[in-house]
Amino acid sequence: MLRFATWKVVSILSATALALLVIVPSLLSPDTRAALSAHLPSWVPLRTIVLGLDLQGGSHVLLEVDAASVLKSEVQNLRDDTRRLLREEKVPVSGGVAMLPQGVQFHLLDPTDAQKIMPQLIKLAQPIGGALLGGPAIPRVDVKDSGNGTIQLLVTDAAIQDKVRHAVDQSIEVLRRRVDALGTTEPNIQRQGDDRILVEVPGLQNPEKLKQILGTTAKLEFRLVAQPGEDANDYEMLDQVDQPGKLPVEKQVMVQGEDLTDAQPGFDQRTGEAIVEFRFNIRGGQRFGEVTSANVGRPFAIVLDGKVISAPRILGPITGGSGQISGHFTVESANNLAILLRAGALPAKLTIVEERTVGPGLGQDSIDAGKRAAFVGAALVLVYMLVTYGTFGIFANIALMVHIAFIFAGLILLGATLTLPGIAGIVLTIGMAVDSNVLIYERIREESHAGRSIISSLDAGFKRAFATIVDSNVTMFVAAAILYFLGTGPVRGFAVSLALGILTTIVTAVTMTRMMIALWYQYKRPTKLPI
Amino acid sequence: MKLLRLAPENTKFPFMRFRRVSYPFSAALSIVSVVLFLTLGMNFGIDFSGGTLMELRAKSGAADISAIRTEMRKLTSGDIEVQGFGSPSDVLLRFGVPKEGAAAQEQTVAAVKDALGSQYDFRRVEVVGPRVSGELVQSGTLGVVISIVAVLCYLWFRFEWQFAVGAIIATMHDLLLTVGFFSITRLEFNTTSIAAILTIVGYSLNETVVVLDRIREMLKKYRKMPTDQLIDVSVNAVLPRTIMTATTVFLALLSLVIFGGEVIRSFSLAMIWGICVATYSSVFICSPMLIYLGLRNTSAEAAPTPDAKETKAKTGAVKTA
Repeated sequence: MLRFATWKVVSILSATALALLVIVPSLLSPDTRAALSAHLPSWVPLRTIVLGLDLQGGSHVLLEVDAASVLKSEVQNLRDDTRRLLREEKVPVSGGVAMLPQGVQFHLLDPTDAQKIMPQLIKLAQPIGGALLGGPAIPRVDVKDSGNGTIQLLVTDAAIQDKVRHAVDQSIEVLRRRVDALGTTEPNIQRQGDDRILVEVPGLQNPEKLKQILGTTAKLEFRLVAQPGEDANDYEMLDQVDQPGKLPVEKQVMVQGEDLTDAQPGFDQRTGEAIVEFRFNIRGGQRFGEVTSANVGRPFAIVLDGKVISAPRILGPITGGSGQISGHFTVESANNLAILLRAGALPAKLTIVEERTVGPGLGQDSIDAGKRAAFVGAALVLVYMLVTYGTFGIFANIALMVHIAFIFAGLILLGATLTLPGIAGIVLTIGMAVDSNVLIYERIREESHAGRSIISSLDAGFKRAFATIVDSNVTMFVAAAILYFLGTGPVRGFAVSLALGILTTIVTAVTMTRMMIALWYQYKRPTKLPI
Repeated sequence: MKLLRLAPENTKFPFMRFRRVSYPFSAALSIVSVVLFLTLGMNFGIDFSGGTLMELRAKSGAADISAIRTEMRKLTSGDIEVQGFGSPSDVLLRFGVPKEGAAAQEQTVAAVKDALGSQYDFRRVEVVGPRVSGELVQSGTLGVVISIVAVLCYLWFRFEWQFAVGAIIATMHDLLLTVGFFSITRLEFNTTSIAAILTIVGYSLNETVVVLDRIREMLKKYRKMPTDQLIDVSVNAVLPRTIMTATTVFLALLSLVIFGGEVIRSFSLAMIWGICVATYSSVFICSPMLIYLGLRNTSAEAAPTPDAKETKAKTGAVKTA
């Protein structure tokens, strides 16, 4: 008990000093911090504590790739491929190629044609590039020949899953470009599970804009407006963005959004209206030039996500490779569209399945409330320990303050996020950290009442209480660990501070208190225990 | 300096005798909790029921709740809840999941912002789709189950099986009563409440382990003492610590309830209830359980060697004294 190795004292004191050093930057104002970082060498860590979105304000949005829309577009592609094949091989079918929920079906007029077409269909079902990349080859389509001339092609579940995974990867790239264009600091965009994307953007003033920008597919198409007397199979009726009624628009796409190289918001020089100016790449420019030359006088539709933005008349061939979109935009909506067009279209439709937005006002209020609760809670516990245990209470209180410093230093070093429940966790560990001290002190009292000498009571108190401390803290730690693995966001923050608090309490309440008591005993040589 | 003692010294409360009162009492409370859970149910927050929650603050003056309610009726036909929240200028809006699904939820949010944006600041908006809320229910339930199993395993390794069973029964008791507490107080039950429940489970076991540790120690020391008397001695021995710790945690939580803000109030209140129940159950539920589980026979046979060691250690200690 009395022998306390010097290296132990030194390492405890230096750990405490280090923890305090780690915390200091977080206590400074941002300006002081900036000034400091300019004067100090670069290896000096000036990391500050990371605040959760619930404290600094911001948006947490969980998006899900719509598997149904992925399937639908796969089935459509499959139908187009099948039609093309049948045409190329000159195989007649009765009633055309029908779409099923998960594939297509057709009926051969001459069942013997099956031999001719089957090898081609099987080629269609081959995975593309899968074998080359060394990954397991996923068959894209199941081909079923019923024998009597009816052939079914079904998209496999594995292929859909693969598509969804790819869609998630591509979407993350697109979303990152879009969110970066908003100019926010440190957005976090990551995959979650197989079909979800988590977007976290701190400190946003206008969360609605973020959601608009995340939730829009932004598939842009230039298509001709159908003329009277066209075959009904060649056009479809599309909604218009700011006019009632539908417009007949040809199904064939002249130029797509992916052929754009740039898009910027601007103003129409004649009307002063907000517009989006764009520039095509070489292929798009040529194609646009050809189509506009051939169709002077006809209106063409600018279609965004299946809705007609505007349908201007082609006044003359547009060969410069650039153009503008007008459609009763406000300055903001023109800017948004330009951002979306620059970042590119999403490969699939994304739905928002979860959103949590905290305004900066509430975030600051929560920080203030958390601080107040922590200070008052700590003060109550400190006073209570002091009046109950006197000198030993002071030791426990010093250990408690170091314990709090350790938690914050741990959070900073781990780069863990401090959330409001996390603050609650810290306040809770303030109450629980002294439990170890209480266990030890009560044990010491008990041993001393049982007639032991001071030194032997101290020794027995620490030794006997230690097993209990470990046992009781393990159970708490298990609960915290499980909470960490199953929880998300703020609750995770609670688990982290609780777990950290439990770990540091062993160091501070047991080792540190013991050191202080040992030094106190050597210095004072008391004849009576103060508790 | 005269030191404060909340717990009287050298108490000899016959705790075990209370089991004739505490067991029926706890059983009744547990049954009431289950009945409440089944009939009244929980006030599930949007984390688990899905839906939309918005916290609004009037830009000037007090919030006009009834005006907001009429305004909201125009926007959606689904479930709407409008209530005060903290100060008079704060309002909480809640919508259920519309039949049209997740896309319609976002439209409702936009419509509400259009309707109220000029008079109110939107301090918090949370939208949880039906699929996500289903998953949160799943992971929450899983968390509670796994933690109980994990801790059971740990206790089984560290103690005799009777201790583990006693601890689990006490923990289940605390869990049921906490559920009943949420049900009767209508406090919102959300993911933070799951955190509260798991922490209560942790705390309850922590309390129980401290008592059990002492019983085990006494068991080795006094082999001849009748079980109920021995448990009484042990519980009385740790009583000062139990009261001390419950008080410090209570003080910390009280400060959270008063100053921690509306967002975590339900968490803090549940925790306060939890530590009271956990302290009670470690003394009145878990320990007497050992009598019924026939602790004496097994462990007295199983641990003769530590007993001998303990006696030696004791004489050694007396010598030093």
